Amino acid sequence: MGIENTTDDKHNVQASRSRSLRLGVAGPVGTGKSSVIATLCRTLSEEMRIGVITNDIYTDEDARFLKAEGVLPDERIRAVETGACPHTAIRDDVTMNLLAVEDMEQDFAPLDIVLVESGGDNLTATFSPSLVDAQFFVLDVAGGGDVARKGGPGIGRADLLIINKIDLADHVDVDVAQMVEDATRAREGAPVLALSRKHEDTVERLGEWVRALHRRHLAGSHVPTDPGPMAPHFHADEEGGYFHSHT
Amino acid sequence: MAHGGAGLLLLIDGRLPAGGYAHSGGLESAIRTGRVRDTADLGHFLTGRVRTTGAMNAAFAAAACATLSRSAEPEADPDDQRQALNRLVLLDAELDARTPSPALRKVSHALGRQLLRALRAVNPHPLQQRMPQRTNHPVAFGAGAAMLDLAPVDAARGVLHEAVSGPASAVVKLMSADPFDAYRVIADLRGVLDEIAQDAADRAWDEPRDLPSFGAPLSDHLAEVHETREARLFAS
Repeated sequence: MGIENTTDDKHNVQASRSRSLRLGVAGPVGTGKSSVIATLCRTLSEEMRIGVITNDIYTDEDARFLKAEGVLPDERIRAVETGACPHTAIRDDVTMNLLAVEDMEQDFAPLDIVLVESGGDNLTATFSPSLVDAQFFVLDVAGGGDVARKGGPGIGRADLLIINKIDLADHVDVDVAQMVEDATRAREGAPVLALSRKHEDTVERLGEWVRALHRRHLAGSHVPTDPGPMAPHFHADEEGGYFHSHT
Repeated sequence: MAHGGAGLLLLIDGRLPAGGYAHSGGLESAIRTGRVRDTADLGHFLTGRVRTTGAMNAAFAAAACATLSRSAEPEADPDDQRQALNRLVLLDAELDARTPSPALRKVSHALGRQLLRALRAVNPHPLQQRMPQRTNHPVAFGAGAAMLDLAPVDAARGVLHEAVSGPASAVVKLMSADPFDAYRVIADLRGVLDEIAQDAADRAWDEPRDLPSFGAPLSDHLAEVHETREARLFAS
């Protein structure tokens, strides 16, 4: 059971040959994280070998949804049970997810990308860089046009902020352009993507963004960053105070 | 060369990133089937747990710790190390044989692997690469304890502490329970826990086949049922 497979040399060789781009997908419940993953797999599965790890709160519902979508071979979609703590599983205690990612990379080597879907949580839940190389944060227009202005680590500093379900904007009285502008300001210019799986051009932009990230990953020029648990914040002082952040 | 308690505190810290938070130690099933309804029931549940599988797991953790403790020293003889690693594999097989539920075997091996994965980063040690990576959790715990220079009784204490603290912290998510009451149950059990840990340590060098074999058939059954549930808060 493993003594012969775990020597230092073999481990390191295996690690360098099969290390994928690990990409996290975080965001509140119901904003369409699973759907974004399905869309991405559909867009890229011809050109890249992808694995998916889902994190569910109660069940393996998300893994079953993705299998039903038929976007990947079933065995390349695996669920991790997070004991009612989706936040913990991607930040405080990443061991279960890390083993799941490492197993996936080893079992299907070489994979280009492993996507890790967080269980839906609140606006503060972001991935630790010890688990993923880069992360999306997914909001949707139906959650309200003002959410993007609220900032926080995911909205402010994820590698890409996705504003999803823009096809619903008219029904929920959200001005997509305004929401993108608010988000871009909250992110100090970092990328924001307005997405609908029903709008081909937006799906293509998502695919392009991930291709470019993967190229930077292969070239070694992508540096993982930590969105961090703390938002930029205000310090009062005698002259009135100042904003700063800990990034 | 057993060290003091700092290594043990590290090992039993509920915040050590080794994935223990995803498990309720069988408590979710016990609550769902109406067997645990209040704090008094939780006390009975935890007492039963430590006196059966808890005591058995403690004995295996102590034995694993004793087995590796000499080999964990830098100047250890390679032949001794090999023998120790073989005994570890034997202990693991004996513990498998004492765990009739496939679901519980799977959970124990997953938790053992997670603990070793965490310790590989937290406390790098040459033996970690040479030992099996998917042992039962008590065997992994005992091995991890040895690599932190702890004594067999510490390994037993640690496993027993986790056997009660896991369910005691899970209970507040599973039923209307006062978290203070849940921890008072543990406080009330401390004499029992110390006594079982000492018994386990006294038997650490027994032949693996002679180590305790206490069972909890209802827990085995409930673990099997739990694994098939579609919706559950905890993995076990």
